[in-house]
Amino acid sequence: MKAKGRVFKYGDNIDTDVIIPARYLNTSEPKELASHCMEDIDKEFVKKVNPGDIIVAGKNFGCGSSREHAPLSIKTAGVSCVIASTFARIFYRNAINIGLPILECDAAVQGTEAGDEIEIDFNAGIIKNLTKGTAFKSQPFPEFMKKIMAADGLINYIKAKS
Amino acid sequence: MGMTMSQKILAAHTGLDKVVPGQLIEADLDLVLGNDVTTPVAIKEFEKTGKSEVFDKKKVAIVPDHFTPNKDIKAAEQCKMVRLFARDKEIENYFEVGEMGIEHCLIPEKGLAVPGDLIIGADSHTCTYGALGAFSTGVGSTDMAAGMATGKCWFKVPSAIKFVLKGKPTGWVSGKDVILHIIGMIGVDGALYKSMEVMGDGLKYLTMDDRFTIANMAIEAGAKNGIFVVDDITLEYVKEHSVKDFKVFEPDSDAEYDEVYEIDLGTIKPTVAFPHLPENTRTIDEVGDVEIDQVVIGSCTNGRMGDLRVAAEILRGKKVKKGVRCIVFPGTQNIYLQALREGIISDLVEAGAVVSTPTCGPCLGGHMGILAKGERAVSTTNRNFVGRMGHPESEVYLASPAVAAASAITGKITDPASVSSARK
Ligand code: SF4
Repeated sequence: MKAKGRVFKYGDNIDTDVIIPARYLNTSEPKELASHCMEDIDKEFVKKVNPGDIIVAGKNFGCGSSREHAPLSIKTAGVSCVIASTFARIFYRNAINIGLPILECDAAVQGTEAGDEIEIDFNAGIIKNLTKGTAFKSQPFPEFMKKIMAADGLINYIKAKS
Repeated sequence: MGMTMSQKILAAHTGLDKVVPGQLIEADLDLVLGNDVTTPVAIKEFEKTGKSEVFDKKKVAIVPDHFTPNKDIKAAEQCKMVRLFARDKEIENYFEVGEMGIEHCLIPEKGLAVPGDLIIGADSHTCTYGALGAFSTGVGSTDMAAGMATGKCWFKVPSAIKFVLKGKPTGWVSGKDVILHIIGMIGVDGALYKSMEVMGDGLKYLTMDDRFTIANMAIEAGAKNGIFVVDDITLEYVKEHSVKDFKVFEPDSDAEYDEVYEIDLGTIKPTVAFPHLPENTRTIDEVGDVEIDQVVIGSCTNGRMGDLRVAAEILRGKKVKKGVRCIVFPGTQNIYLQALREGIISDLVEAGAVVSTPTCGPCLGGHMGILAKGERAVSTTNRNFVGRMGHPESEVYLASPAVAAASAITGKITDPASVSSARK
C-alpha cells in the first residue's frame, strides 16, 4: 500500500471540534461532512485539497470527541494519510476502524513543511519527503491492525471472519 | 508483577489470568452505548455486518441527547433513524425524550453501569463510569457497530498513572476543581493511551457526583479511562441504583504505574481553564478581570444534583447580573424533578436563570445557548476548544458550578467565597 500527495500542515492538539464542528453533526452524510472538514482552523483546506494529499500535524491530533465524523470527513475529502507526532486514542482507533491510514512519526513531522510532496510506503513504514529529498521510518502497525486496514475497516474484517 | 485495576478488568473480560500493557486483546462487553450523533453512523455500519439482531438486547443502550428535543429537521431525521432501529432490534435501554437525560448522567442513574463492568460508548465521555470502578471508555461509531454485532471490542491494554488523593477539600472546592487541577498539571495529552487510577484516603471526602465529574474529564487528559477504587460511598450508590451483579476489582499491591502523583485536596483552590484548552488552568486568585456574557451550568460533567444544589445555594436570593445569560440544564429527568421538589428550580428562576430540559444543547454548541462572535462564557462543561460553544471567535472558560454561579451574579469570573460564605 502506498500514498503520495502534497502536505497540509497543522500544529499540536488539533481537536475534533475544528476537524468537523458539532454544528454539522446533525448529518452523517460523508460528502456533506467532508465539505466542512477543517473549516474552523483552515477555511482554504476544502478548496485546495486534492485526492491523495496528506495531513501532517503535531501531537495529540484528533483530541476531543469520539465523533467518527472526524476521520470520515478527512478520508472523504480525499486525504490519503494523516501523519502526526501522536494521535488522541479515540481518533487513532476510529481511523483504523474506518480504514483511514495514519502514521505516528515525530521526525517526519519536524522535517516537513506545508506544500511538500510526500510519498509513503505503508508496508515498509517509510515516509519520503520528495521535495526535500529526505526519508523517515515510522513504527509499523501491529499485525492485527494491518489486517483491519487491509480489509478497509473493522466491519469488513468482522464480516470476513464470520 | 501485578496488574492495575483496569488491567484486571480487561483480563477478566478476555478470559485471561494476566494481561500486560501493549497487549492487543478482544474482550467481552457488558454494555455498548450510543447517542443521536454517533448511533446513526453505527447503524449504517451495523447493517453492513449482515446481522439481523444485536448481540444482547439488554446490553445495548441508546440515548438521544445531543440535538434533542429535536433541534431541526436533520436532527429529527437522525433521531427517527435511531428510534426505528431501537424498536426494530428491541433494544431495552432506549430512552426517549421524556425519560432520557444526558447519557453519562442517565446510565449510572439507571443502574446500567456497576463496578467491574467493561463498557464502551460511542461518546468520548463514556469514561465517566470509571467513577463506579468500571472500565469504561469512549470509542467511535464503527466500534459501537462491531460491539452491537459481536459483543466484543479490541483493546490495546493500557499502562496507568496513579493518583493518590489525600486531605480534605476546603470551601467551595469540588471534583471539578480537582480534575482541572490535574489536567493543568499533566496536560491534555498527559495520560495519552493510559488509565488514570484514583485512590487514597481523600476519596472519602468526594461524593459520587464529585467522582463522576473527575472520571468524566479523564479524556481531557488524553486518558483511555479514569477509574476509582470502590469504597462504601460507591457501594451505597450501586445499592440504591442497580440490581445488576457486580464485581469489585482492586489494583494489585505490586501493580506497576508509569507515574504516581500525590495530591493534597486541602491545597486545591477553585480552578478555571482558560480558552482554548482544558490544560490552560489558573487558580481563582490568578484569574484577573474576565467579563462574561453567558454562564452555563449543567452537562455530563456538572449536571447532577450536587451541582444544582451548589448553584442554587449561591444564587438563592440574589440576581443574575443584568446583561448576563445564565442557562442551567439538569442532567436527567430525575435530577430535574428532584430539583423541582427541593425548590432549586424556583430559586434559580427567581434569580434570573433559565432552566432547560435535559439535553447536551449548549455544551457542544448544538442549540439552546450558542455563543456569538467575541462572546465569553463560563461553563461547567468539559471542553473549551475553538468554536466549541458557537462562533470560532467565542471563548469558553471551564469552571465548577460554584464559580459559574458566582460569576453569573457579578458578570465576571468570580471566587464563590466572595459572594457567599464557604459551605464547608
Ligand atoms: S453534555 Fe457535552 S460533553 Fe457531555 S455528552 Fe453531551 S455534548 Fe458530550
